Amino acid sequence: MITLQNIVKVYPMGKRELTVLRGVSLTIGQGEMVAIMGPSGSGKTTLLNLLGCLDKPTSGRYFLDGNEVSRLSRSELARVRSQKIGFIFQSFNLLPRISALANVELGMRYADLRDRNLALEALAKVGLAERANHRPTELSGGEQQRVAIARAVVKKPPLILADEPTGNLDSRTSAEIMTILTNLRKEQNMTLVMVTHELDIAHYCQRIIRLKDGEVIAEERL
Amino acid sequence: MKKWFDPMVSALSGVATHKLRSFLTILGIVIGVAAVITLMSIGRGAEAQIISRIQSLGANLITISPGGGFTFGGVRTAAGSAATLTFEDAQAIAAEVPYIDAVAPSSRSSQQLIAGRQNMNVQVIGATPEYEKVYNLETTSGIFFSQDEYRSAAKVAVIGSEVAATLFPDSNPVGQTIRMGNTILLTIGVLKSKGEMPGSVDSNIIIPLTAMQQVVAQSQTSRGEKVVASIALTVTDKDKATVVADKIESLLRSRHRLSATAENDFRISSTEELAATVSETMQTMTLLLGAIAAISLLVGGIGVMNIMLVSVLERTREIGIRMALGARERDIWTQFILEAASLTFTGGIIGIAVGWVASYIIGRTGTVPTLVSADIVILAVSVSVGIGLFFGFYPAWNASRLNPIEALRAE
Repeated sequence: MITLQNIVKVYPMGKRELTVLRGVSLTIGQGEMVAIMGPSGSGKTTLLNLLGCLDKPTSGRYFLDGNEVSRLSRSELARVRSQKIGFIFQSFNLLPRISALANVELGMRYADLRDRNLALEALAKVGLAERANHRPTELSGGEQQRVAIARAVVKKPPLILADEPTGNLDSRTSAEIMTILTNLRKEQNMTLVMVTHELDIAHYCQRIIRLKDGEVIAEERL
Repeated sequence: MKKWFDPMVSALSGVATHKLRSFLTILGIVIGVAAVITLMSIGRGAEAQIISRIQSLGANLITISPGGGFTFGGVRTAAGSAATLTFEDAQAIAAEVPYIDAVAPSSRSSQQLIAGRQNMNVQVIGATPEYEKVYNLETTSGIFFSQDEYRSAAKVAVIGSEVAATLFPDSNPVGQTIRMGNTILLTIGVLKSKGEMPGSVDSNIIIPLTAMQQVVAQSQTSRGEKVVASIALTVTDKDKATVVADKIESLLRSRHRLSATAENDFRISSTEELAATVSETMQTMTLLLGAIAAISLLVGGIGVMNIMLVSVLERTREIGIRMALGARERDIWTQFILEAASLTFTGGIIGIAVGWVASYIIGRTGTVPTLVSADIVILAVSVSVGIGLFFGFYPAWNASRLNPIEALRAE
């Protein structure tokens, strides 16, 4: 599903350059659930952005679903995001002024899907069928994150990327969210890559990749 | 259809979430469009009014006046200063040129008139009975003089409305007498006012040309023909005006024995021509008014740009989210450009309504006539949408160029 070959990412910082990733190579199989862990500044968010086609590597190659995406243009990357990738964020990132249902539909729009039933189905899967017409501000944090999950999975992408998905939630809600995520991943046979710093959350995954100073320092299978 | 529907809904929801702000932005466009429509309708109305007044002089009127035409590099002789047109010219035109309805030669003389204790200096016009028909004159009381009175050189006068008001402030002028030098004129009619227009007879009196020739010394040409100040005539058909003018020109040139290279010693002008010239001038004025109003539209457009820039800034995170969900630059751009265009389009529509009502009220209550025509409305709407697209372009482009990672991090 994912193959990274010697990925380097350098950010210009004024006159100096900041090397965030120093040659990361890894492979993640179809349907796998992987956690990326590491101290802050280790480059895990940068790696997730690259995996999510929000950014391009300075050097190295990235194959997603058999296609090299590291050389694509901005709009081609947008196309890849719309078709193949679903994002889940720590701060949910729902649009506050539209309903939960409309937020889920927004996840379909750029994939050219226009079936309201699909959106309702996705909300039902995360247990929010009754709250479809509520705005995000009328929902609890856990409910908001469930809407975000519905938005990410509604277009049935092969890859789900989650950046600290439980970072803003208490431990009981975190467990609920992880259960929903794990079940959906199994049901739709999606690959799931998540960044987390909580070990118990990482333990929902099959593999943990540890980063430090822009390099993979350890991998452990669970 | 669906492809346009989603971005349109996004655009409209953007407008709807900031009702007051959107309203104020729209207001700028409303004022601009309304100003364009109102001012241009005033320009058009004034144009139509002046044209109709010119037409009221006589739609198919051709006037011949003495004096040279245009000379190259030289000075044109002032119209009316030369004594080249004669009564006999008028008779020849009536006899020889086709498509002519009526011919009215006239001469003019400045005289002091006295009636009772009132007196007034006026231009006295010596005319034939055809003058009434040619110049479309109407009387408010009394009648115009007849062929019999003309032939017998009767000392009768038809007087303009201002003359009537000055000489006979308190009574009906018809049947009363006016003294002009040693001559006593009997007032037989008062003319309806034509307003302040070239060719208005409000401050003139008209007497038979025959009487004029007896009372006021008339000059004659070397061939013994009686000089007149001008010859006016009407053609039977407006389309024939050019043909008639050409025929008159060649007839008068031969009668005046002008050599092939000589300039005309007369000028021929038609109301058609005058109307065309005035119309052109008025159109320029209308455009000028529109241009002034367009400045307010421009200011409104800058307001739209300002709001769109703020809107993009405020919604940076939303843009980041949309990009993460797979929105291309084009999708983001379309959303914001449609938002700007829908603001200005709404403003344009309301502006038309306001402008229309405003010009209706001005037309009904003021002295200025107004005329709203379809082309002004189409112009105003397309300009307002154009402004939305133009001033929305940069903010929308800004939005579409955002880096998704940085946009997602924005507060």
